Amino acid sequence: MIRKLVRFLDQRTGTAPILRKSLRYLFPDHWSFLLGEVALYAFIVLVATGTYLALFYQDGTATVTYHGPYVPLQGQHMTEAYRSVVNISTTVKAGLLIRQTHHWAADVFVAAIVLHLLRIFFTGAYRKPREITYWLGLSILIIALLEGYMGYSMVDDLLSGMGLAIGYGVALSIPFFGSNFAAWIWGDPFPGTHQFFSRLYIAHVFIFPALIGALLAAHLGLVAMRHHTQFKMSRRETERKLVGVPMFPGQAPRSLGLFFAVAGVLFLLGGLVQINPIWLWGPFHTYTSTNGAQPDWYLGWLIGALRLVPSFDLVVDGYTLVPNPFWGGVAFPGLVFTFLFAWPLLERKVTGDTAFHNVLQRPREAPWRTAIGVGMVTWVTLIFIAGGADRIDVFFDISYTSQIWAYRVLIWVGPVIAGFVAYRACIELQKGEPVEHDREQAEHEAKAAATVHEVA
Amino acid sequence: MRRLWLTLLCALACAAPAAAASSPSPPLVKQGKSLYGRYCLSCHNMNGEGNYTPQVIGAGPGRDQQQQNAVAPSLRGVGAMAADFYLRTGYMPLQKIGLQPRRSKSPLSSAQIDALIAYVASLGKGPGIPTPHPERGNLSEGMHLFTDNCAGCHQVAIQGGYVTGAVPPALEDADATQIAEAVRIGPFVMPTFSKKQISDRQLDSIIRYVEYSKHPDDRGGWAIGHLGPVPEGLVTWFIAALALVAVCMVIGKRLTSHG
Amino acid sequence: MARAKDLLVSLTLLGIGRRRPKLPSDREPIVPPGDEQPGSELAVIVLLLLTALFSAAFIASYAIDRLPNQTQLMGFSLGLAFLCLASALILIGKRLVVTEEIEEDYPVVEHETEQEAIVQVVADSGSRLTRKRLFKASFGVAGAFLGAALITPAASLGPFLSVDPFYDTTWKRGRRLVDEGGKPYRASDIAEDTFYTAFPEGADKEALPSAVVVVRLPPKAFELPPSLARYPAHGIVAYSKICTHAGCAISLYRAPLFQPDEPKPALVCPCHYSTFDPATGGTVLFGPAGRKLPMLPLEVDAKGFLRAAGTYDGPVGPSWWGVRMRKAKPA
Repeated sequence: MIRKLVRFLDQRTGTAPILRKSLRYLFPDHWSFLLGEVALYAFIVLVATGTYLALFYQDGTATVTYHGPYVPLQGQHMTEAYRSVVNISTTVKAGLLIRQTHHWAADVFVAAIVLHLLRIFFTGAYRKPREITYWLGLSILIIALLEGYMGYSMVDDLLSGMGLAIGYGVALSIPFFGSNFAAWIWGDPFPGTHQFFSRLYIAHVFIFPALIGALLAAHLGLVAMRHHTQFKMSRRETERKLVGVPMFPGQAPRSLGLFFAVAGVLFLLGGLVQINPIWLWGPFHTYTSTNGAQPDWYLGWLIGALRLVPSFDLVVDGYTLVPNPFWGGVAFPGLVFTFLFAWPLLERKVTGDTAFHNVLQRPREAPWRTAIGVGMVTWVTLIFIAGGADRIDVFFDISYTSQIWAYRVLIWVGPVIAGFVAYRACIELQKGEPVEHDREQAEHEAKAAATVHEVA
Repeated sequence: MRRLWLTLLCALACAAPAAAASSPSPPLVKQGKSLYGRYCLSCHNMNGEGNYTPQVIGAGPGRDQQQQNAVAPSLRGVGAMAADFYLRTGYMPLQKIGLQPRRSKSPLSSAQIDALIAYVASLGKGPGIPTPHPERGNLSEGMHLFTDNCAGCHQVAIQGGYVTGAVPPALEDADATQIAEAVRIGPFVMPTFSKKQISDRQLDSIIRYVEYSKHPDDRGGWAIGHLGPVPEGLVTWFIAALALVAVCMVIGKRLTSHG
Repeated sequence: MARAKDLLVSLTLLGIGRRRPKLPSDREPIVPPGDEQPGSELAVIVLLLLTALFSAAFIASYAIDRLPNQTQLMGFSLGLAFLCLASALILIGKRLVVTEEIEEDYPVVEHETEQEAIVQVVADSGSRLTRKRLFKASFGVAGAFLGAALITPAASLGPFLSVDPFYDTTWKRGRRLVDEGGKPYRASDIAEDTFYTAFPEGADKEALPSAVVVVRLPPKAFELPPSLARYPAHGIVAYSKICTHAGCAISLYRAPLFQPDEPKPALVCPCHYSTFDPATGGTVLFGPAGRKLPMLPLEVDAKGFLRAAGTYDGPVGPSWWGVRMRKAKPA
């Protein structure tokens, strides 16, 4: 049966050689190499559930009065967009399940990319010849952040509406052309032209997913063309020799299994754990707001930065050169991504290492890289935590205003300490290895000697 | 027929003294006074006159509350409403001097609180304990009014939050009477909403919405606190990411020690 | 009876009908053989059947109308269906197919001969050109201008050359202040220790310049600069409700009941806790806002209604490069 199918295919397409090569394409085997796949599978779930939702969503900004089944919203004024999502959540069968799965998938998609990025960074996988693959991945991350932001802002509920206003404020804060840029995107000062939600809609369901898809295809294509990196786990792995599990029959069931595991976890969450209950938040109006509003987790680092910057607009002779939100909303993420993009070139310049690398380094083998990476992660994480300082005050009774002052110092001191500790940890772990190796060797020899002795 | 009229007259006659008895009996006030001496006098001073230096109106720290010992407002004319509110919630007697009062278990029994209320009410004519009727309110109107007037501090799903220098509490433990009292009193840094701004009927709707929000429609599953993205992010990392990394570790190899 | 016996026999055969895989004797196996794992086989079959079961449960929970907790049941069943399939596949991967560890060369680092050939083809192709630099420059100029032409229609998305709309407001002298339902405010409606949201009568409530927050302070509380001294009306002041930091609605009013140990009255934004002082013209007390809150001058008309006495003392909303360069424009 298989023979007939393969023959049919090859006669019509001539792809048997490529197919044979693909079937035996080798995957170096380490669990951390699967993190990128988790992101990929989350993306597939996003596209599938998103397509379904797009068939029910209405992008209208016209004001309507709600007369649906959810009592607390009866008679309230809202946009068509918000009402359509309330309908999906209350009236469309399986609508809420698919909507929640979609939102969980978005959160997990970015989390998986971040974990994958951490693995890539701390093992030096971005080194020559894989810089382009790395830069493509970073681009996917940036687009994913924007895509997620647009996705939950399309709903026009109270929380995401506040988030859109902040996005507008951040756009305005760009020096020289912020207002022009914001007016261009929104079509008018906030809340923008009545077509604004149509723009969000098309960007979110078509333009950005197509972008992600294209970049992803290029990213995976490059990985396949240069083949995957590997850890040196035995004597067999070298810069020249790749040791791995072939796609078929070994890797395919594993990867497929991972895909269904991701889908399973996402649908379990989608049905069992409530996410973004927009009927509880109510519709957005420019003149209403609620306490405790936060962006989705992957933008939490930005709200922390926005809250920490002290009160000042940089004004030169009546010209507002740098409005306040610029530092937290543009400069901070700009700095982080510039660091990430520039890192391969920086490291090459400083270490002088221009060789090809197919073998990965364990973090301890590159103490400087690990220390700097840990420092950056600490910086971003502390700012992220600062973004939740008000809830920390509510739960742990620690004054918000005192926390802000503490964080303003901590975010500079913490990374230095963390980086230093990481550096020392790497050095110590490295020192321990020859000792460990000698100890194992000695045990081995002792055992062999004992056996000889017994025989004798 | 005559019997009926007689019964009615008797009922009325009995009701009259009962109505009169709603003004506290002297022994209750006396008991309240002695309790006042024990629990309140040190800050609120003799006869509830308070202990503070009259300040320039509008003065005060711009940011956080000032911590001052034994400074307390006058209780003259605050009425049974304020006493009932502060005592039943356990805001008073103040647990930690100098910090925002927090809801706590009162050291006083319910009977003792009744006595104290009677005493404070006797210090001057003030508002009585309100009797709200949330069942007469409109849930949708309540959500709308709550969003406009209350959500900024108390969060749209009554989870409480922060305002510079204070922590507006979550409202899960507040009963209908306490909500009505708080709205009319405006305790600590809460605004004071009079009947002119929020009518009794509107207040009924707001209370109805708050009661609803204690057990709202959680058709999506485990509500994780009705707070939005913060608990959602925690679930993403500590449940989903953890589970998926575990699956990866089951599927893939782990690094054995270098040999 | 005989039919039942036949069914039972065939099912049993199915259950134990494992066949030893046969290799054609004239070929070397590409994938090496491995030992049997009947336990794992059974487990996988069970998992696959469970997948079918949970999938059916999903279809059932979808189909039954008005099922309580329907979303939870659907998510649970579909999620478990996926997880059972995942477990089956992972089990296959780890126990039922051979996990080969094959060595292979990494692809060649670079193809120097082909690189040279490409460079040569390009170089040879230009043999007829005499003015290569000018050619390249001309193509560059053509490309640049054509590219600019192609992205020009994108300008239609918004008025990005004109910043006039950012100075527009929906207030002007004489406009009455109304509540969300359209009912005009009287000065006597405004009490101390609380806050009100007001809009210009007849204007779009959602426009950023429309919403104002109105509070009343005791006369002695004010410390206004001379330019704003005449903005209050009978102690009532109005400020733009849109935070000058990033544009959220300022829906918090801190109204101390007992001044001596409580912080002074302030308008607070819930997004990043920018705190504004209504007694000093909206100056920033705390938080990241870099600009004071725009203030609306008020007057009380003959009938006692609150009216705007002009427009704000500055443009509303978050700061941008020109926010301090021009006055706010009345409606």
